[in-house]
Amino acid sequence: MPDVKQDELIVAGTTYSSRLLVGTGKYKDLIETQNAIETSGAQIVTVAIRRTNIGQNKNEPNLLEVISPDQYTILPNTAGCYDAESAIRTCKLARELLDDHDLVKLEVLGDEKTLYPDIPATLEAAEKLIKENFKVMVYTTDDPVMAKRFEELGCVAVMPLAAPIGSGLGIRNPYNIRTIVENASVPILVDAGVGTASDAAIAMELGCDGVLMNTAIAEAKNPILMASAMKKAIESGREAYLAGRMPRRAYASASSPIDGRFF
Amino acid sequence: MQVLLNGDPHSLEQDYTIEELIGNLDIDGKFAVEINQNIIPRSQYSSTQLKPGDNIEIVQAIGGG
Repeated sequence: MPDVKQDELIVAGTTYSSRLLVGTGKYKDLIETQNAIETSGAQIVTVAIRRTNIGQNKNEPNLLEVISPDQYTILPNTAGCYDAESAIRTCKLARELLDDHDLVKLEVLGDEKTLYPDIPATLEAAEKLIKENFKVMVYTTDDPVMAKRFEELGCVAVMPLAAPIGSGLGIRNPYNIRTIVENASVPILVDAGVGTASDAAIAMELGCDGVLMNTAIAEAKNPILMASAMKKAIESGREAYLAGRMPRRAYASASSPIDGRFF
Repeated sequence: MQVLLNGDPHSLEQDYTIEELIGNLDIDGKFAVEINQNIIPRSQYSSTQLKPGDNIEIVQAIGGG
């Protein structure tokens, strides 16, 4: 059996044993956030950058005290940005906040209903961020041409959506995801749209290098149990991909030999 | 003097530095500061004086996907 422990994800020169990346939004409280993330085994964890609550909730612990930058790779996102300028501004604040940390998840949204990315604005932001030495993991559509464009621009990972953010609709276009993976020489991570463990496994079986998810875990009835399910699904899907699935056939192929029958 | 702090009007003593402002606000954990859309590195908090009308943003990391 090949040593799957040697099979690691490398993003921007850093090696990770987990191929599951998780968000920290929508949890009941920080304890649940912490438990779910620990259970998921994720090593890269996304956060949002927002105004500090001044004079409110003074006793509320800070997210980074629960999800420590010493223990996890913190991946600040640009969620909620609808133009390149605000995304770049968010990344710069994140870099200052996280002590010159330069790995960011870039998303520039184009539409509130679908949360689909605005691709021209995302390209503009990616180009400027890369010039300013950010390492950009980019959220994009499942368009193979755009995925390649982002790679050529210098993004360290390309993260096509499987379905709209928070929709839980699963991998809507597996053929595109597979094409994106085939073309790529940077990690391809499905970001958004996974609803349950089988969706994550399918993404991995298609050859994705990892999956980033938030709502599928946080909005499960039991988020901790779902975090555990997702961890296993990512590992199973990856192993199945490495194992190489059998060919599909239109008709049956007997599993027991035809020869030697006595009847 | 009046400044804008995280989008809201805020009254401050004259000649406050960022360090003094932060000290009075009692902010926990990691944060970053921007004045008039320019990021102020942590090393400059004590030497950066606020001016009337400054637009100050103090941000932190919160849950997100």
